[in-house]
Amino acid sequence: MSLNSHLNVLDFTLLSLLRRKFKNFGIILVFTFIVFITGSILFLSYSFKREALLILKGSPELIVQRMSAGRHELIPADISKEILKIPGVSGVEPRYWGYYYDPLVKANYTILASSETLPANNHLLQGRLPGPEDKGVAAVGRGVAKARFLDIGSSISLLSSGGDAMDFDVVGVFETESELLTADLIVLGQPDVVRLFRMPAGMATDLAVSVTNETEAPVIAGKIRYIFPDTRPILRKEIVRTYDAVFGWRSGLILTLFAGALVAFIILAWDKATGLSAEEKKEIGILKAIGWETSDIIEMKFWEGLVISLSSFLLGIILAYIHVYFFGASVFAPALKGWSVIYPDFRLAPFIDPYQIAMLMALTVIPYIASTIIPSWKAAITDPDEVVRG
Amino acid sequence: MIMQPGVIALLLGSGITLVLLVYASFLGVKIWSNWDIGSNSETQLALERKTYLVSTLVKYGLFFEIVSVFLFIYTADDIHNLLVGAMCATGSLNANAFGFPALYVKIAVLFLAAAWIVLDTLDSRAEDYPLTRKKYKLLLFIVPLVVAGYVLQIKYFSGINPDVITSCCGVLFSEGGSGVGSSLASLPLHGTEIVFFSLFVAVSAAGLLAIKTGRRFFMIALACLSASFFFVSIAAIISFISLYFYQNPTHHCPFDMLQGGYYYAGYPMYASLFTGSFFGTMTGVIQPLRKVATLSALVPGTQRRWALISVTAFTIFVVIILIPIVLTPFTLEGY
Repeated sequence: MSLNSHLNVLDFTLLSLLRRKFKNFGIILVFTFIVFITGSILFLSYSFKREALLILKGSPELIVQRMSAGRHELIPADISKEILKIPGVSGVEPRYWGYYYDPLVKANYTILASSETLPANNHLLQGRLPGPEDKGVAAVGRGVAKARFLDIGSSISLLSSGGDAMDFDVVGVFETESELLTADLIVLGQPDVVRLFRMPAGMATDLAVSVTNETEAPVIAGKIRYIFPDTRPILRKEIVRTYDAVFGWRSGLILTLFAGALVAFIILAWDKATGLSAEEKKEIGILKAIGWETSDIIEMKFWEGLVISLSSFLLGIILAYIHVYFFGASVFAPALKGWSVIYPDFRLAPFIDPYQIAMLMALTVIPYIASTIIPSWKAAITDPDEVVRG
Repeated sequence: MIMQPGVIALLLGSGITLVLLVYASFLGVKIWSNWDIGSNSETQLALERKTYLVSTLVKYGLFFEIVSVFLFIYTADDIHNLLVGAMCATGSLNANAFGFPALYVKIAVLFLAAAWIVLDTLDSRAEDYPLTRKKYKLLLFIVPLVVAGYVLQIKYFSGINPDVITSCCGVLFSEGGSGVGSSLASLPLHGTEIVFFSLFVAVSAAGLLAIKTGRRFFMIALACLSASFFFVSIAAIISFISLYFYQNPTHHCPFDMLQGGYYYAGYPMYASLFTGSFFGTMTGVIQPLRKVATLSALVPGTQRRWALISVTAFTIFVVIILIPIVLTPFTLEGY
C-alpha cells in the first residue's frame, strides 16, 4: 500500500473518532488519569533520586560512627588523630549533631554544631552562621522559622537534656532555595550543642573523614574498622546506593499497589473495544462492502488505538509534569518523601529521560494496545452482508 | 529481587509480549495442521480469517519487544548504582550469569520476529499464500525463545541484590571488596579496524552488485557478509568505536552511547546497523523462494529493494561512527 492510502485510512479514522466523541472521551479520560498517576510516581521518584545524588556529592567521602550493642553511639573525638595517620586521609573532623523534639510544634529539629568547614558567608543564608565557638546564637531553617515565628533578631528557647531552658538569638535564617536540606535545621556553636545534649567531654556524634582519592576510600574504611573494631565506616557511595534502592523500592511499592487500577483500566479498554454499537458494526460492514479489506479495517483500528493512546499519553505526561514540578506532587509526595512533620517546601528540578518514557509506555500504552487487538480483529472480520441486513 | 519501577514495567511489558506470541503460536499450530488452500469449507474460511489475527499479534509483539529491549538496557544501566563495582549497564549485566544471555535472546527474538513479519507480508502478496505452513513453523521456533528470554530476565532480576548499608557495617567489608566485572574484553584495536572497514567495503560491493545484476551469487554473498558484518560491527563497537564516542581510551561500554550525554548517538547507530544486517541477510534467506511459482515474480524485485535498504543503512552506520573518529580531536594512533 502506498503512503497515501495509509494517510487516507488515518484521515477516515480521525473523522470517525470525532463523530463518536463521547464514547471515546470516557476512555481518554481514564487513560489520561492512569498515565498521570504512573507518570507522577516515576517523575517524582527519579527527581528525588537525582536530588539526593546532587546533595550527596558535597558530603564527606567517609563517615565513621561508633556502634555499641548494635546502636549508634557517641565517638571519642581524639581517635580522629589516629585516623589522620592512615595514608590517603586528608582530614578528619568530629561532627556534633542530633535531633531535638520540640513539644510546642510537635516536630523534630536537626541540631548541628557550626564548624570551620561551614562557610560563614553563605549565599543560602540570610544573616550569618554562628562561629564554631560562639555561644547563645543560632541560625535556623525556613521551616523552623515558620513554625516558631522567628526572624533575625528574635530569640528561640530550647530545653536542654539537663532540663534547663537555653535561649538563642537568631542571627541567620536559611533561604528557601536550600529548603530541602535546611527546613528543620538549627545551627548552633559547638559548646552550645554539647551543653544542649549533655554530651560527655571529648565525645562527638560521628567523624567526617575526607579522602583525597575516592577510589581509596574502601581500603581506608577497612583499615579504620581494623584499628577500631567498634566503629562503622559508611562510604558516600553506600549512602548513594541506599538512597537509590529506597526510592526504587518506594516507587515500586506504590506502583504495585496501583496494579489493581491498571487491571481495571485494561478490562475497561477491552470492554469498550468489544462492545461495538450497532452503528459501528454497520459502518464496518459498509466499508467492507465498498471494498475495504480485513487488513484495512485492522489498520483503521490500529490508528484508532494509536490516536487514543498517544493523546492520553501526552496529556497524562503533561499533567504529571505540572503536578510534580509546579505543585510539588501534592498527591504522592508524603508517601515518597518520608514521614517528617516539618516538610521542606521545595520545587524539584525537572528531570525526564527516555527511560522514564519507555517505562511509562510499558506500564500503560502496551497493556491498552494489547487488550484491544482481539476485539479489533473480531470487528474486522465482520461479514458485510450479515451486518447490513441486520 | 529488586522492586524497581523499571523492573516492574519490564516484567509487565514483556509478559504481555509473551502472552501475545504464545497465543499467536497456538493459533499458528491450528492453522498449520488444518490448512488447505484449495478447500472452500467453513473451517478453511475461519482459518484464513485467523491468519489476520496471528499477523497482527506478531506485529504488536515485535513492537513491544523493541520497547522491551531498550527498557532492559536502560534498567540495567539504572541499577548499576545499586551494585558495587558496576559503572554502567555492562557492569550490571555482568552481575550474574543471566544478564547477557537474556539480552542476546531478546535480540534474537527481535530479528526472528522481524523476519516473520517480512515473510508474512511477502506471503500475503501472493495469491495462494504459499508460505503459510513454513511461516507457522517458524513461529513455533520463536515462542520457545521468547519464553527463554522471559525466564532469563526473571532469573537475572531475582538474582540481583542491591548492596545497601547493612546494620553491622558497610557491606563492602563482608564481600572483601570484590565487585562485578565492569568492562568487556576487547579485541586488538588496529586488527579490528582493518577487518571492520574492509568488510564494510566487501558488503557494500556485494550489495551494489546484487542490486545491479540481481544474480543469485551476489544475493547469497550479501546475506553472508551482512550477517558477519553484524557481529564484526558489535566487536568493533566494543573494541574501538566506543572509545571514539567517549573520547576515553579505556571505556568500552556499548550501551552508554544510548545516553543523553553522548547525544543519543547510539539510537541511529544501532538502528542503522540492525536494519542493514536484517535486510542484507533476508535477501539471501528468501533466495530459495524464487522457485515458488506464485512468488517467483515478486522475489527478485523485493531482493533488490532489500539490498538497497541494506547498503544504505550500512553506509549511514559507517558515517555515524566516522563522525567522532574524524571530527573529534581524540585519536588512538600511537597506542
